[in-house]
Amino acid sequence: MTKGVKKTLICFVALAIFLLVANHGGLAFNETPDVGKSLPPFELPFPYETEAKSYLGLSGTGQFTIPQIKARVVIVQIFSMYCPVCQKEASRVNELYQAIEKRKDLKDKIKIIGIGTGNTDFEVGFYRDKYKVPFPLFSDEDESIYEILGELRTPYFIGVKINSDGSDEVFYSRLGQFRDTSGFLNRIIELSGL
Amino acid sequence: MVRKKCGSIICLIGFLAIFSWAATVQGRSEAYKDNIYPVGKLKPRDSELKVKVGDRAPDFTLPAVGGGEISLSQYNGKKNVVISFVPAAWTPVCSDQWPGYNIAKDFFDQNNAILFGITVDNIPTLYAWTNQMCMGGGKLWFPVLSDFYPHGAVADRYGVLRSDGVSERAIFIIDKDGIIRYIDVHDINKRPHLEDLVRELEKLPK
Repeated sequence: MTKGVKKTLICFVALAIFLLVANHGGLAFNETPDVGKSLPPFELPFPYETEAKSYLGLSGTGQFTIPQIKARVVIVQIFSMYCPVCQKEASRVNELYQAIEKRKDLKDKIKIIGIGTGNTDFEVGFYRDKYKVPFPLFSDEDESIYEILGELRTPYFIGVKINSDGSDEVFYSRLGQFRDTSGFLNRIIELSGL
Repeated sequence: MVRKKCGSIICLIGFLAIFSWAATVQGRSEAYKDNIYPVGKLKPRDSELKVKVGDRAPDFTLPAVGGGEISLSQYNGKKNVVISFVPAAWTPVCSDQWPGYNIAKDFFDQNNAILFGITVDNIPTLYAWTNQMCMGGGKLWFPVLSDFYPHGAVADRYGVLRSDGVSERAIFIIDKDGIIRYIDVHDINKRPHLEDLVRELEKLPK
């Protein structure tokens, strides 16, 4: 084997091992939200709207993290204005919100937020108006949250339990539509131990 | 012998690594399942415009997925026209662009505009792809046109045909007098923002 061929092979192997390890999480560039673990940390801007702030039990300005939301459980919907499944699912997620808000035993315990991956504020606002989304939506224009969460496809739902000590734990993490609103809500209640 | 074995193992590792990396690069919406072909990061732009703002838009006639043919000139004096060239069906960014326009019809209506979606794919491919966008129910509200044969001729006339035979990700806005009012030859790897299109639509004569 000539030196040139050897060098090429070494480079090839190095690249191959790098890609294999990176792809399978060994280097953990981005952690997916795995059940039983904490949600990979990221920050969101405080909503401007008083109603949204009040819904999330937040006060102040700047950035906040999911465990700061005043709730026992937060359902995080990763969506995109451009995702046809998200568009189709929008009314069902609204139904989920209404179902939670109607139940006195749940409304202060479960909150929903949506994060528009790769969407600008305008695009998220358009989606909110188009589907009359009643819960707070946030944009992730620079895709920083998309990367932190392990480049999730849409729609993706993450159920996060917020513990009394301020820590959090993912108890639900799944790609795709949930289809049945009451079935999904029951599953959230059951898995979170509410 | 040992060297040969080592070589085979090395090649296998390389193949697996590259294959598994490519397999993760998908369209983002679950609508397409695993049917989006990973193209990786491409040269942002690979063509030279042959028209400019203020020019009369070159006329064309192309077959539409919904049947028949559509000419740009048939909208002269009637409607503003937005042309959205996307590079290819079943590729990551393209698959997540037109579904957004599909829910934004009001912006077009309010500004007396029609949208044409154009790719260099043939009609059967576009039929399957746009059906998947609508998840098997309904259709896109705007005509989707095939610039397949002669291959990419319209894209080429506008100067947005890339050297590999696909078009750029480009938006042309043509007013109802047939004059080009806006051109955005976008980085092929990125989706144009909706607000930029809306802002330009609002500048048009109604």
